[in-house]
Amino acid sequence: MNYIIGLLSAVFLVLAIMIVNKSMALSKGLQRNEEEDGYSPVDGANKNNALGMLLFLVLGSIGAAWSFKVSQPDFLPEAASEHGLKTDEMFWTSMAVITFAFFVTNALLFYFAFRYQWKKDRVATFYPVNHKLEIIWTIVPAIVMAVLVFTGWRTWSEITSQAPSNAVVVELTGKQFNWLVRYPGNDDNKLGEYDWRLIDDNNQWGMKFDDENSFDDFTSTSEIHIPKGVPVLLRIRARDVLHSVYLSYQRVKMDAVPGMPTKFWFKATKTTEEMRAELQKPDFNYKLNCTEVCGRGHFGMALTLVVDEPEDYKKWCLEQKPFLTTNPDYLAKVPEKLKAKASKYIVAPEASSDSTTASIGGTSTIVTIK
Amino acid sequence: METAELHVHDVHSHDEHEHEHHELGFIRKYIFSEDHKTIAKQYLISGIIWAFFGGALSILFRLQLGFPGAKLEWLRPILGGWINESGKLDPEFYLALVTMHGTIMVFFVLTAGLSGTFSNFLIPLQVGARDMASGFINMLSYWFFFVSSVLMFSSLFIETGPASGGWVIYPPLSALPQAMPGSGLGMTLWLLSMTFFIISSLMGGINYICTIINLRTRGMTFTKLPLTIWAFFLTAVLGLLSFPVLLSAALLLIFDRSFGTSFYLSEIYINGEALPNVGGSAILYQHLFWFLGHPEVYIVLLPALGITSEVIATNSRKPIFGYRAMIGSMMGITALAFIVWAHHMFVTGMNPFLGSVFMFLTLIIAVPSAVKAFNYITTLWKGNIIFTPAMLFSIGLVSMFISGGLTGIILGNSALDINLHDTYFVVAHFHLVMGAASFFGLMAGVYHWFPKMFGKMMNRTAGYVHFWCTFVGVYLVFFPMHYIGIAGFPRRYYAWTQVNGFEAFADMNMFISIAAILTFTSQMVFAVNFFYSIFKGKAAPQNPWNSNTLEWTAPVNAGHGNWVGEIPAVYRWAYDYSKPGSATDFIPQNVPYSATPESNLPEENEEIATEKEIDGLLEAQNESYNR
Repeated sequence: MNYIIGLLSAVFLVLAIMIVNKSMALSKGLQRNEEEDGYSPVDGANKNNALGMLLFLVLGSIGAAWSFKVSQPDFLPEAASEHGLKTDEMFWTSMAVITFAFFVTNALLFYFAFRYQWKKDRVATFYPVNHKLEIIWTIVPAIVMAVLVFTGWRTWSEITSQAPSNAVVVELTGKQFNWLVRYPGNDDNKLGEYDWRLIDDNNQWGMKFDDENSFDDFTSTSEIHIPKGVPVLLRIRARDVLHSVYLSYQRVKMDAVPGMPTKFWFKATKTTEEMRAELQKPDFNYKLNCTEVCGRGHFGMALTLVVDEPEDYKKWCLEQKPFLTTNPDYLAKVPEKLKAKASKYIVAPEASSDSTTASIGGTSTIVTIK
Repeated sequence: METAELHVHDVHSHDEHEHEHHELGFIRKYIFSEDHKTIAKQYLISGIIWAFFGGALSILFRLQLGFPGAKLEWLRPILGGWINESGKLDPEFYLALVTMHGTIMVFFVLTAGLSGTFSNFLIPLQVGARDMASGFINMLSYWFFFVSSVLMFSSLFIETGPASGGWVIYPPLSALPQAMPGSGLGMTLWLLSMTFFIISSLMGGINYICTIINLRTRGMTFTKLPLTIWAFFLTAVLGLLSFPVLLSAALLLIFDRSFGTSFYLSEIYINGEALPNVGGSAILYQHLFWFLGHPEVYIVLLPALGITSEVIATNSRKPIFGYRAMIGSMMGITALAFIVWAHHMFVTGMNPFLGSVFMFLTLIIAVPSAVKAFNYITTLWKGNIIFTPAMLFSIGLVSMFISGGLTGIILGNSALDINLHDTYFVVAHFHLVMGAASFFGLMAGVYHWFPKMFGKMMNRTAGYVHFWCTFVGVYLVFFPMHYIGIAGFPRRYYAWTQVNGFEAFADMNMFISIAAILTFTSQMVFAVNFFYSIFKGKAAPQNPWNSNTLEWTAPVNAGHGNWVGEIPAVYRWAYDYSKPGSATDFIPQNVPYSATPESNLPEENEEIATEKEIDGLLEAQNESYNR
């Protein structure tokens, strides 16, 4: 509703200017007849256009400030990741700097336009150059830029540094039009190798079953779980075209490129539950969106992200069944010498208690990360 | 449609002087013309038609974004099957609209329509040449552009739709017809069209550079060139060095699409089939594309800034402040434009160290840009400002350039770009700084040089109305768009139903769409004014804006060869406005210092000695045309 009011006032501003202009044009027409010496670039509307500049400055500034205030509550809330808190702070600092520059320069521009509007007796000042001024306004922006670049560079280097060796690894694969998730498993905590030529309807990841690391990997296509407060390393790839992982609340973005695995590591600082409480929306869920155009379903290519407390994450992991367990047919793809190892995951459901004990070694690494 | 309209106008605008010398046939004179002025008008009118077309496409997708629930059945007579059974825009067609809007606006309107028009029109007239270095290549340049336009236009009517992978056409999406229907024949036509476009702009660029270097009139040294010419010169250099790289990117893509190579493709499984391609890199394409793509931003912006320099100085009745600093900053921008391309790629998975390097380089480019903005503002200071429509659009340009440029400081910071990349913050940023700013430059140019082009005046009041509607409208569209970006809305989304918090901005999107429709509609004021004035406008005086540059010394309806008799010599720079001591508030470039002893500065009195030298060059100059 507010916007509608804003729009209407803007339209009225335009209309007002139009009407004033029109009436000036009419009076100008009369003046023109008086002038015998033909064309003059100045006409009666000059004053109004000058006034328009001033009006635009005043109303525009009010509009800019007001619209910002109105929209602010709907911006992304405070970041839910460690690096996000830093980039948010830097973003708002930079915004303060550019907002200052925005108002000062625009104000000068419109004010000068208004103040020095054409007057019959005035002669413009012949003022072609002033080296001192020029040096000042070259150096000042240069220094401001240098400061911004330096802080930006430090943060960027931190964000893109090597992930800590104890980071929880989760693999994300983009495809038209959904995300595939794979976890390194509860036993070896290592992702198995993959090959795009092995992809089929069930093995959408192209997991290689001649790699023993694949045996305990478990997968999901409906949601991605990560622990809070622990470094999480996303290993990102794509199957068909470019996609891009965007976790808006965690300020995470990284393209998924076919043939070139990418990665991004971060530490989440708020669980889903905590964010629900903060936003007072009990059914809130973090979303992972695709931000690289990938075709018809691009806009709907989202995945639910669940950020758990580390203990809950550990528990959740242990509840997951390896891909091989749910798809025992793939045992056939396992080479003879590894069959024994693989068959551990195939055996009847009782075997799962077996794997639980085995997995403690794997999960304990996650716990120590804290 | 395009040809028809184009020729109609050319015919009429030239009626008046058809009986003059040079008895060229109709076709050679108006269609396959080698005269730079006719070619400029051909570019301008094609550009205007494309602009309306590209704008209309954006209105279609703004309808979808602003009114996601609306029934669009009434569009079925135009769009046919692109409106689906439920009366909504087809999601694939939405992407096609976004793609074609970008392609048309960037290349066909702001490159061809802006640079093509004003480089062609102003270079010979402002440097004092009879025509371009090669009229024939110049003519070919337009007609290659025309073929390119026809190809691009025809791609809209094929069954699988036009290219739809975004104007950047990143592979593998654009390389694999099975990934989306727009990557079939539509993409082939896009690539073909762009190939012709690149050839066209290269031929144009070579001509611009040759003409500026070789055909300046006697006395017109580089330090006396108007800033418009400097801008066109540097633009042409940018285009000449970067467009071939786009051509190579396009060629490799054509190979990948049609001949089974793997330049950009690797390890792909699509539609139940594993493709055999290995070893290619999708990132390679992005590097090649943005090596043009970023300079392209300046290819559209620099001419607009050049036009603005000229218009602001003339209408402030003041010399442009810091003429040499303006040239220096344009050179700085030109050089830096080549080494900042990867700031479009911070989150593509490229080496983070490269990201740091490109962040440094990107933020350096803000310095010359800031210098330009400050110089414009200082030019207004203590001026005697006349608000012609051209002047209004130039002031508007400076405002847009500042407002849009500032957010570039945020996006150029790779750490901040992580969250903002590919959101509406980016869309708002580049629409202000390169879209709207360049468009305002185009409009300023049209209003300012219309009298020279057509020998008629445009209606001023309509110009004022056009300006205020556009200026207010553009801000209403793109200022709130930043907020949507800060809220994390990704671009190229058909609907935001899967984005957190999308409900909160539903009315904001509606607001933006309404503002866009109103702004677009108000462009009709311009169209009517433009075409009406070509036929029925008041006759233009010799020098309507009391301007210093050389084009205003040519006859109002200049024939082929531009000047009747000798080309005037140039003795001074183009910015002697309101010079102390002078009786008039402007001294044209062709007035020697010896004729203005009352207003000469001490160092200028010394230049009187060189006037003989300049006059002595007349014979050599005439000879160069007779060779």
